[in-house]
Amino acid sequence: MESLSNRKKVLDQKPMNFWERLYLPAIFQGMAITFKHMFKKKETIFYPEVEREFSENWRGLHSLKRDEQGRERCTACGLCALSCPAEAITMIAAERQKGEENLYREEKYAAVYEINMLRCIFCGLCEEACPKEAIYLDGPIVKSDYLRKDFIYGKDKLVEEPLKS
Amino acid sequence: MELSFIIEKFILITVIFLVSLGIAAYSTLAERKIAGYLQDRVGPNRAGPGGMFQPLADGLKMFMKEEIIPADANRFLFIAGPSLALLTACIGSAVIPWGQDMVIGDRIIPLQVTDINVGILYIFGVVSLGVYGLMIGGWASNNKFSLMGAIRAASQNISYEIPMGLSIIALLLVTNTLSLKEISEMQHGGNWNILYQPLGFLIFMVCSFAETNRTPFDLPECETELVGGYHTEYSGFKMGAFMFAEYLNMFVASAVMSTLYFGGYNYPGMDYVNGLVGPIIGPLIGMAVLFAKVFAFIFFFMWVRWTVPRFRYDQLMNLGWKVLIPLAIANIVITGIWITIYDKL
Amino acid sequence: MSISLFYLIAFLSIFFSVMVIFSKNPIHSVLYLIITFFTFTIHYILLNAQFLAIVNFIVYMGAIMVLFLFLLMLLNLNEDSEPMKSNLLKIAGVIAGMSLLITLVGSLKSLHISDPVILQTQDLGLVKNLGKVLFSEFLLPFEVSSILLLVAMVGAVLLAKKDTKRI
Repeated sequence: MESLSNRKKVLDQKPMNFWERLYLPAIFQGMAITFKHMFKKKETIFYPEVEREFSENWRGLHSLKRDEQGRERCTACGLCALSCPAEAITMIAAERQKGEENLYREEKYAAVYEINMLRCIFCGLCEEACPKEAIYLDGPIVKSDYLRKDFIYGKDKLVEEPLKS
Repeated sequence: MELSFIIEKFILITVIFLVSLGIAAYSTLAERKIAGYLQDRVGPNRAGPGGMFQPLADGLKMFMKEEIIPADANRFLFIAGPSLALLTACIGSAVIPWGQDMVIGDRIIPLQVTDINVGILYIFGVVSLGVYGLMIGGWASNNKFSLMGAIRAASQNISYEIPMGLSIIALLLVTNTLSLKEISEMQHGGNWNILYQPLGFLIFMVCSFAETNRTPFDLPECETELVGGYHTEYSGFKMGAFMFAEYLNMFVASAVMSTLYFGGYNYPGMDYVNGLVGPIIGPLIGMAVLFAKVFAFIFFFMWVRWTVPRFRYDQLMNLGWKVLIPLAIANIVITGIWITIYDKL
Repeated sequence: MSISLFYLIAFLSIFFSVMVIFSKNPIHSVLYLIITFFTFTIHYILLNAQFLAIVNFIVYMGAIMVLFLFLLMLLNLNEDSEPMKSNLLKIAGVIAGMSLLITLVGSLKSLHISDPVILQTQDLGLVKNLGKVLFSEFLLPFEVSSILLLVAMVGAVLLAKKDTKRI
């Protein structure tokens, strides 16, 4: 049949000659290659001590942001939880009391905010859904752990450090 | 039998046993390190400085793991399999001469556990016995993959024993003795057997790769087809025993190859060095040289493992029966003719 | 010491060969047979026949019994899959066993006590002496048996090869 693209190549498989059928030269060639690799620069990055550079749009551990005055930006609207395809986010909202204006920016805030890191797929949809620019996936790699309950990160792990004045 | 003889042998056996166990343990680390280096990685380096205590950590892990015996397995044979594999791997080193006779005062201490006059055949027999551990273990697991692995191990070992034996026969034509001690002494002064038997060495080496179930001939345990082969059902310490037996076999095979073909404890300039350091340190240097050769062979085993892919089963059988056996027979004939002509001249 | 060792090993070899017959599982029978061969190896060593011992070790334990085990592992020998033996076979078996027993008892008559361990010539079993004897005194039987082995090998190859003409 005529080839339509005219890019058809006929591969002719020649029968192997004597040296090729011995296999030994090929084996020695391969062994020379592997031996050369012993002296090449090692690609290993010693992770906990050294961290590799992440790209600009790397999505890691979530952090709940504070504004310029050190108040939590989150208003517990629930849009992040709604947008989350893995349903990893849960929260309980609470009303801001008098005297807490320096803690929370909006009149409503998240009393409990939990992300299950075993469910999270780090898609970044919560980041996009947030109207208050309160959640960003700009942290490091999520640490490994032994128990499932330790993977449910609460506000203690998620909220940014308060501003230092 | 005097008491000092028994003490002497007891010490020698203990030392050799412990050293071979230590080498087998550290071979596991070396394997992973070499694999790492050949693949531009660094290998395990967390346990101790540079990963020095990794074998201890691995051993501890093996001990702590749950020992599972399958419900339908034959309990006695299931335990006997790895024990037998470990036993046959250990007793192979009994006839290897580790060095020249040591002279302390007027006592002559041979650095060899026993010099039986059929030393090579003894090693050959021990190697052929090694397959029982694998077969019994694989059969007793009552698992199809294990059984397939056991059957593969059996047929592979039987097939490759024949060219191995034939290559040894060609070597015996050259050396005229079966005793490993005499073979070692004969290679004194750079007179190594590899010079007379290059083809025989090649065949012997390929067969020893097959007999120790190392890649490219590790079909009895090939993961991609048989899950784990004969040790699919094994866990914990029994699994460790199988692994340990493999590394011990590798050590013994390396020692045998160095002794048979690469001069054993001999090295160039041996007489001069012996004259300098005396009859106690001299044999120890020879022993160190032998160990250096053994380590080189172990490195070679690992280097091949991380380079050459596994054979297909029919390729394995073709290589054994249609290539190695005719080659080995041809080697015997050529050696015989050569010796006859050499004697006439 | 070696006499008592001989009796111990002799007892063990008889014990294990009896176990070969009485164990129900064929794999166990083969394993007992292997141990029996191992005791034979020890007998050879006691007789100072190192070469014979090691050859027995390699050939019987290392090769033939591995093949036996190999075959038995491939067969599915469950108790219910074993076909019922007919009465005729049982009678034939009894007759054959009885004749063997009578032969053994008859041969006991010509038995006399010998020194079980010490041989007349000490080094008879060593490689050099054995080789000299094999290639001078017993050259003809040796060569004939090797031809027999060759014939058997050719026969096995012929049997294993498919006859393309007839099918």
